[in-house]
Amino acid sequence: MADNNPFPGENNTGHIWDDNLRELDNPPPRWWMIAFWASIIWVAGYGILYPMIPGLTGYTKGIMGWTQIGEYQEGVAEVEKVRGEFEAQLQGMTAKEILANEGLSSYTIASAKVLFGDNCAACHGSNGQGGPGFPVIADDDWLYGGAVETIEQTITNGRMGVMPAHAKLLSEGEVDKLAAAVMSGNPAAEPLYMEKACFACHGPDGRGMQALGSANLTDAVWRFNEADQQASVKQTIRHGVNDTSDPMSRAAVMPKFGDRLSANEIKKLAVYVYKLGGGQ
Amino acid sequence: MSDNPQSRHDAVVDELYAEAVHWEINTGEETIHAKRVPGKWRILKWLASLVWVPFFLGPYLRWDDRQAILFDIPNRQFHLLGITILPQDFWMLSLLLLFFAILLAVVTALAGRVWCGFFCFQTVWTDVFTWLEEKLEGPPQKRKKLDQGALTFTKVRIKVTKHTLWLVIGALTGISFVAWFTDAYQLWVDLFRFNLGATAVVTILLFIAGTYVLAGYLREQACFWLCPYARIQGVMVDNTTAVPTYDFHRGEPRGRVKKGGGEAQRTTGDCVDCNQCVAVCPTGVDIRQGQQEGCITCALCIDACDAVMEKLDRPKGLIRYESLDVLNGKEERPLYKRPRVWVYSLVLLLSLTGIGYGMATLDAIEIKVIHSRQPLYVLQSDGSIQNKYTIKVLNKLTEDLQVTITAPDVEGLVLVGADEPVTARKGMVTARTVFVRIPREKITAESQPMVFFAETTDSSGELLVSKRESVFIAPR
Ligand code: SF4
Ligand code: SF4
Repeated sequence: MADNNPFPGENNTGHIWDDNLRELDNPPPRWWMIAFWASIIWVAGYGILYPMIPGLTGYTKGIMGWTQIGEYQEGVAEVEKVRGEFEAQLQGMTAKEILANEGLSSYTIASAKVLFGDNCAACHGSNGQGGPGFPVIADDDWLYGGAVETIEQTITNGRMGVMPAHAKLLSEGEVDKLAAAVMSGNPAAEPLYMEKACFACHGPDGRGMQALGSANLTDAVWRFNEADQQASVKQTIRHGVNDTSDPMSRAAVMPKFGDRLSANEIKKLAVYVYKLGGGQ
Repeated sequence: MSDNPQSRHDAVVDELYAEAVHWEINTGEETIHAKRVPGKWRILKWLASLVWVPFFLGPYLRWDDRQAILFDIPNRQFHLLGITILPQDFWMLSLLLLFFAILLAVVTALAGRVWCGFFCFQTVWTDVFTWLEEKLEGPPQKRKKLDQGALTFTKVRIKVTKHTLWLVIGALTGISFVAWFTDAYQLWVDLFRFNLGATAVVTILLFIAGTYVLAGYLREQACFWLCPYARIQGVMVDNTTAVPTYDFHRGEPRGRVKKGGGEAQRTTGDCVDCNQCVAVCPTGVDIRQGQQEGCITCALCIDACDAVMEKLDRPKGLIRYESLDVLNGKEERPLYKRPRVWVYSLVLLLSLTGIGYGMATLDAIEIKVIHSRQPLYVLQSDGSIQNKYTIKVLNKLTEDLQVTITAPDVEGLVLVGADEPVTARKGMVTARTVFVRIPREKITAESQPMVFFAETTDSSGELLVSKRESVFIAPR
């Protein structure tokens, strides 16, 4: 072709179509070539520094010794280091002392959130708002007391209050009367309250006894909160709570966490629960 | 002309490509060694380059016990003299960027690529690099010879010196850049103790490489192929924009000066075709072909041509700052009749006002109130309703503050958890959880506004207040 190239001197490859459409052999721009070689050097450098080529028995490790899991572990160690400082302080402190320190209690609340989600939220709701049959723990009404030590005990040992079933002991009319009295907020005014010994557990004024875990019948919060509250109260009077002799008795058990969680974790949870809104 | 079909065809082809010969793109096969000519614009160019001096010296200025201007990224703070700007105020940065973007546009619309020609780091650094090159290797002809010449000891010595100096400039550039983000003095101490952090080392190395390649090798190629601004700036120019322009009415037809020839009988234009304007052009374009993408409007060709005209006793300004309209005899359109100027000025004014407003209303403390959504409310044993709020107190000062949180004066309202003031740590957000209780009979609506106030006094006794509205939610 070279001898009869119709476009001499313009550096074409000799490939010509349609008379004048031809392929030139111009070099790419210099910046392009620089980038081209730079990327090849980059790949080579990368291959030397980092893991790159898979083989039959393993892969090239790279001289930096970098691994993904290693980087992850470094990250975890970093977090642990930050947490470690707080955790070391928490170890020797009581829940009450933690509460007195704003910085530490903020840390505790932040870090106990996961514990609460894993262990408590299933019954008490993700923020202590309770659930059907399970008490609200974000309010200020406590069956056993809202001091942080008491909360700690409750978590460690669990709770199981008992109210005997009264279906066999009371007539329908008496149940109606007592339920109405409880609904009114002042059960002590009803003579049956004394006669049938309700006061023995719920106290002479109906305010409950925290040593027994008996409910306060005079406040605004219901332990078993249902749409038809009157029916709910009657049901509780008739069949009691945790009374094994009555199959219709309400089940209300707070399991014990002392053997599942460490004392330190329980302490943190107690602080968390206390700070949900109702600690006393 | 013959009737031979082959030659007729060739004529058509020739005609077709007649204009294409001018179409020539410098892809960097050849290093451009621009001649340096003294002149008015050359001086102006050096003066303009001085805007980069603060880039090198700025980090060493102090304010109280810290750097006067510091972009503290790990702590997410920006210190500007006595002011601390936190990420919350960074909307002002976008206004600032807008301001500069529009400033660029307005300047370009009026006088072309002033940024490119005089201020751009690519131009300035390249200018300094080629200045060094000229000092070490001599003028363009000598440089070309040196490049092509054999590898002698002198050549190696000159080249090594040049590249070392380039790398030193690159290193200084990188170090100065990093110094804006960390304590500048400590940076040097760490540098000499080989104790720099990985980020600083990588940044400095990138800058060395970048400066060396961009200003040492790519040069005008960066403007041609890499720079997005170069492309945008081109479209901001119109016929009223004054840019370095070759006055072809006066210059054409160009022709060489004849020795001893009388000026009077001259049939050619003023251009003597000496190619000085091309020789000095840092991007290697020929301005006589008209305004083109390669021209960064550095005006160096004006200096070159003026020098030639002076020698030949012809009037200066054959190449001059002029708009196409004026060159073609149209009247210059006054500034106020150009819509671009109006629109750009308006945006400039708006962004400046925004920044001014932002700086004037920089609050020292700021609270955010987050109403807890689950549960929305909790019934208390006395029948009152409790809502939970997380109050985040942002303290922008450089001292810790004791911030008191108060809620509005609603009858029966109890604010729990705010008896103790919040210790708001300097430059940080401190959170506090509070509860608001309102007796049921005092609640007027399912959702009622709830305004929180934060109050404190700084060490100089000035009262600082911030307020934030939230809601109080109750059951129906
Ligand atoms: S043509 Fe003139 S103004 Fe444009 S880049 Fe070249 S020397 Fe500068
Ligand atoms: S420097 Fe002036 S006279 Fe010389 S070629 Fe350029 S425009 Fe013509």
